[in-house]
Amino acid sequence: MDQDVPLIEIRNLVKHFGSVIALSGVSLNVNRGEVMCLLGDNGAGKSTLIKTLAGVHKPTSGDFLVEGKPVSFASPRDALDAGIATVYQDLAMIPLMSVTRNFFMGREPVKGIWPFRRVDFDYCDEVTREEMHRIGIDVRDPHQAVGTLSGGERQCVAIARAVYFGAKVLILDEPTSALGVAQTSMVLKYIHQVRQKGLGVIFITHNVRHAYAVGDRFTVLNRGKTLGTYAKSEIQIDELQNLMAGGKELQAVSAELGGMV
Amino acid sequence: MVNTTQPTADLSPAPTVKKIQDERLREVSFVTKIMRRPELGALAGLILVAIFFASTADPSMFTLAGIMNILSPAAQLGILAIAAALLMIGGEFDLSIGSMVAFTGLIFGAFITLSGWALLPAIAATLVIAAVLGGLNGQLVIRTRLPSFIVTLAFLFILRGLSLVGLKWATGGSTQMRGIGDQAGEGLIRELFSGNALEGAFAWLAANDLIGKFPNGTPTVTGVPVSIVWFAGFALLATWILLRTRAGNWIFAAGGDPNAARNSGVPVDRVKTALFMLTAAAAAVVAILTVLDAGSTDARRGFQKEFEAIIAAVIGGCLLTGGYGSAIGAFFGAIIFGMVSIGLTYTRFDSDWFQVFLGAMLLLAVLFNNFIRRKVTGER
Repeated sequence: MDQDVPLIEIRNLVKHFGSVIALSGVSLNVNRGEVMCLLGDNGAGKSTLIKTLAGVHKPTSGDFLVEGKPVSFASPRDALDAGIATVYQDLAMIPLMSVTRNFFMGREPVKGIWPFRRVDFDYCDEVTREEMHRIGIDVRDPHQAVGTLSGGERQCVAIARAVYFGAKVLILDEPTSALGVAQTSMVLKYIHQVRQKGLGVIFITHNVRHAYAVGDRFTVLNRGKTLGTYAKSEIQIDELQNLMAGGKELQAVSAELGGMV
Repeated sequence: MVNTTQPTADLSPAPTVKKIQDERLREVSFVTKIMRRPELGALAGLILVAIFFASTADPSMFTLAGIMNILSPAAQLGILAIAAALLMIGGEFDLSIGSMVAFTGLIFGAFITLSGWALLPAIAATLVIAAVLGGLNGQLVIRTRLPSFIVTLAFLFILRGLSLVGLKWATGGSTQMRGIGDQAGEGLIRELFSGNALEGAFAWLAANDLIGKFPNGTPTVTGVPVSIVWFAGFALLATWILLRTRAGNWIFAAGGDPNAARNSGVPVDRVKTALFMLTAAAAAVVAILTVLDAGSTDARRGFQKEFEAIIAAVIGGCLLTGGYGSAIGAFFGAIIFGMVSIGLTYTRFDSDWFQVFLGAMLLLAVLFNNFIRRKVTGER
């Protein structure tokens, strides 16, 4: 496969829900080994955009290319099969189920012939333990419930699962927004690792600091439109913040609060 | 299927770290492992109840004949309870199973007596009709997104009413339909659904003085009632499906968090529909077993069995919110039921204490389950 073709490219993507225009012409692309941060305030259209990329919604118009080829997804399953995996903020893991069962959920390897076909849990446990160890989570027993893991660990397991099952592009929906400082850095570190493997990552956040820490390029979304895409070298963190918030008003508040927003 | 040749991260573990981890793996204590099993409460409850009756009841309760007496009602309830447990783990309820027993009993009886069908097609048709009704329940719940509690509550009354109306119509005014046993005929299929199993083995045991026998040489217990065999077989099958198969993982996932399951590619709606169909079919099996056993059916068959089945499932460790529980737990739960309902007649206590006992047991089980769940998941 040609290394220069973007993994995902969308041009002028438009999505209407009845009379509501959720996306009015969004363009962006994601390359291999790159973290593309998608920034935008609430209501900017981030969720709609992700769901369109993940196959939940069909775009009203516009081009959607995966590795140079136009695609049209009918379901999230199609997107998964095309190598686009989405990790949702809190809809990724089932707390009452074991780490292993979660890891292989929906894609359980089976052995034996029907009607004695069963899940190969020995293999699953082994893989889970190995993968958890690789990302530095100390899972003593892969049978322990996911509920016993911390929020950061859960995000990492969800990402590891997507990577293990052959994702080429990872869409991370606010993976750090509910996490503490230590856990955030754990997730950010893991995103960095995933990038080094050559995957493309779309990192959705409204936290500019988190974005700036791992992002290569930044696309700012506002009111259903892309305000622009900037490489890290082209833009400072403050500018990014202002762009995202839509400008002036925030600066005034920021000044009032001593520049800490 | 599974891609095992993923590029690996550069942080490969040092061998020493692995060794430490292996040591800690062994440290996951036996106690923790036991605590993690949802059926623990039911097993403990069963032991407590057995100890209670062993010390208060007439010793004849724990003879072979007494145990069969306990297991017979437990088996009928248990088949329902195991199905209800699977459905509950899948995140839904079915309050219509008791009425379904009456309704499918009527359908089955009508096939035999009115249509004069042979046993095999009558059983097959009854199971198919039950599965279709279960599927209808499931589709209504899934498509309307209404709680299954309400949808199946409606079916509780609809099916009970239909059973009454249908019985009166079929029999010309009576709420009981007789003569099904005589019409059904004998044969292998009949043997599968009524009478005793393992009669040869019991005769042999009696002949060798291993179990009690009458002076004429026939054993006091001639065999295991087939419903008990169905009960045990269904418990084993359901446990295997739940713990070892893909379908089992999907059931847990569908009940634990349907959205997360869908996002991971689990066909949640199909799983739930199949579970509703299974529950209804289990009710039909109980109906066929009881109708062939009694030779007749009536409109009160399966009355309040839906609640007893759900209680047995909860005692067996199922969470009302879904995603957690076990089939073997429901098996134990049903045996507790049978032991208490039959056992009280072996004691000096009024057997109406049964309901008090039942409610107390349910309350205890729910409290215990809640505690265990918090322990297991570290939930705050």
